[in-house]
Amino acid sequence: MNSLEKKYPDEVASILARYPEDQKRAAIIPLLHLTQRDAGFISIHAMNDVAEITRQSITDVASIAGYYTLFHDHPEGKIRLQVCTDVACMLRGAQEYLAELSRGLGIQPGETTADGLVTLEEVKCVAACDHVPVFQSQIGDAIEFHENQTSQKTLDWLRSMSASIKGEGS
Amino acid sequence: MSEIFLLRHREIPGLNQLRTYTANGGFETWMQAVKTQKPADIIQIVKDSGLRGRGGAGFPTGMKWAFLPNNIWPHYVVANADESEPGTFKDREILELNPFQFLEGLMISSFAVQAHDSYIYFRGEFAEIYRKFEDRIRELEEKGFIGEKLFGTDYSLHLHCVLGAGAYICGEETALLESIEGRLGQPRLRPPFPAVAGLFEKPTVINNVETLTNIPIILSKGVAYFRSQGTDKSPGTKIFCLSGRVKKPGNYELPLGTTFRELIYGHGEGILNDAQIKAIMPAGASSSLIPATEQALDTPMDYESVPALGAQLGSASVIILDETINIADLVNSTVHFFMHESCGKCTPCREGTYWMSHITQRIVEGKASKPDIDLLKSVATQMQGNCFCALGEFSIMAPLSGIEKFRADFEARVEK
Repeated sequence: MNSLEKKYPDEVASILARYPEDQKRAAIIPLLHLTQRDAGFISIHAMNDVAEITRQSITDVASIAGYYTLFHDHPEGKIRLQVCTDVACMLRGAQEYLAELSRGLGIQPGETTADGLVTLEEVKCVAACDHVPVFQSQIGDAIEFHENQTSQKTLDWLRSMSASIKGEGS
Repeated sequence: MSEIFLLRHREIPGLNQLRTYTANGGFETWMQAVKTQKPADIIQIVKDSGLRGRGGAGFPTGMKWAFLPNNIWPHYVVANADESEPGTFKDREILELNPFQFLEGLMISSFAVQAHDSYIYFRGEFAEIYRKFEDRIRELEEKGFIGEKLFGTDYSLHLHCVLGAGAYICGEETALLESIEGRLGQPRLRPPFPAVAGLFEKPTVINNVETLTNIPIILSKGVAYFRSQGTDKSPGTKIFCLSGRVKKPGNYELPLGTTFRELIYGHGEGILNDAQIKAIMPAGASSSLIPATEQALDTPMDYESVPALGAQLGSASVIILDETINIADLVNSTVHFFMHESCGKCTPCREGTYWMSHITQRIVEGKASKPDIDLLKSVATQMQGNCFCALGEFSIMAPLSGIEKFRADFEARVEK
């Protein structure tokens, strides 16, 4: 039993049960989501665990982790602030909203704040085009939509979120 | 009078609670189907309804179901909840607010093709929706709506949720199957078609969320009622996702064949700041640009009329552009989208989207010269008809139609 199975025995069992006996490879993506729950990224060690459970090579697992945009192979900010700047958002001021956030946080898109709490990212369409500006927060394996934003509203949310994360850490 | 088939939660609050759904007749059609109907009869009803796939292609749903061979088992049904086309946000509303009607449609389609395991593939960003669906499916199992030997018959059905992890291409049905199987989301060569060799190499039906949400209505209220909306060849209603430079963006469920004018100026209340409308993209980022002439505005939005304007209805993600928008900027955005989302499997798309994005970026930054416009056109034309799947073909729609119909916008950027 490897460390992922030890930590999440029920989750691993229920993921494997979804697929036919000879198709355990299908469990790679759900298991990778599970490994991201705590650390917010997928370590080589975690990829090894997934490879072992699904009886695939680590190369196969690493290729999946590298292909999908919501999987991360190195740690960044605890909160990933993902702003949609795609077509429909672009038409309604998403770039200005992103620039204000960038100024407010003192970082450029793609960068992480000095305290390691927030990574600012630009993402493609998140299916919320009627409530622009919009961002999604990715924290561990949880993703939430935040619609009808202003930069002030977002920065306020970030402050309270950061405070509660710091509180947990102390 | 326009009927509401899909966004019924706007009239019945709390419809995303199982008790409210069942109190309003929910799952009666399902129980009736399993207890008393023959699968072949259900397929015939869906064929007669004329329902066409709402994911983009508009393929007749009943015909799709009937393709599954009866000598290869098991059969699977997969619901495509990978809604990712820029400008599309209809399935998300259904999944959040009218989820049980969608599930009932999925269950009925599973019974119609005698599938015993069905899968719902959610885009990775729908992680919260996915979690709620896991709870809802458990609730349906507890209440005996799904599970082993249902309602005293021999029919069993289990539903499974799969969460993607961020890849537009997984909305392409064979890439979606690859992703469920634990591979890179890349499209498969066809034939064999999924109807013969789909999920786990078994016969598979793949339907969009909105398509399946129509099924309980067709079965409970009948083909004539369903066909009372829409046109003869495009029957029923459609959720039009209106976004961009309109006063009231949002989802509007309207009969197929409603005009662009009624959607934009009636429901959408016109253009922001009462500016002049410039162009329409009826199928999201994959769309050709339609200049917003009076004739275009009076065109009915259905699967036959929109192609006459040189575009497609697609998933009906209607993005509105006004006079404040330079089309070169718009094209730069769509091209970057496709460059980011190209799966890398075929050379024309992988390389073509990459080089197009370099050219459009140069153009919008004012660093391009006039021949770059024709260079962009040349790259797009070389991709045309040569890509492995529709993603590559979609990526050239906006650049080619943009240059053809709004060349002055590109020239304005290169002359700066």
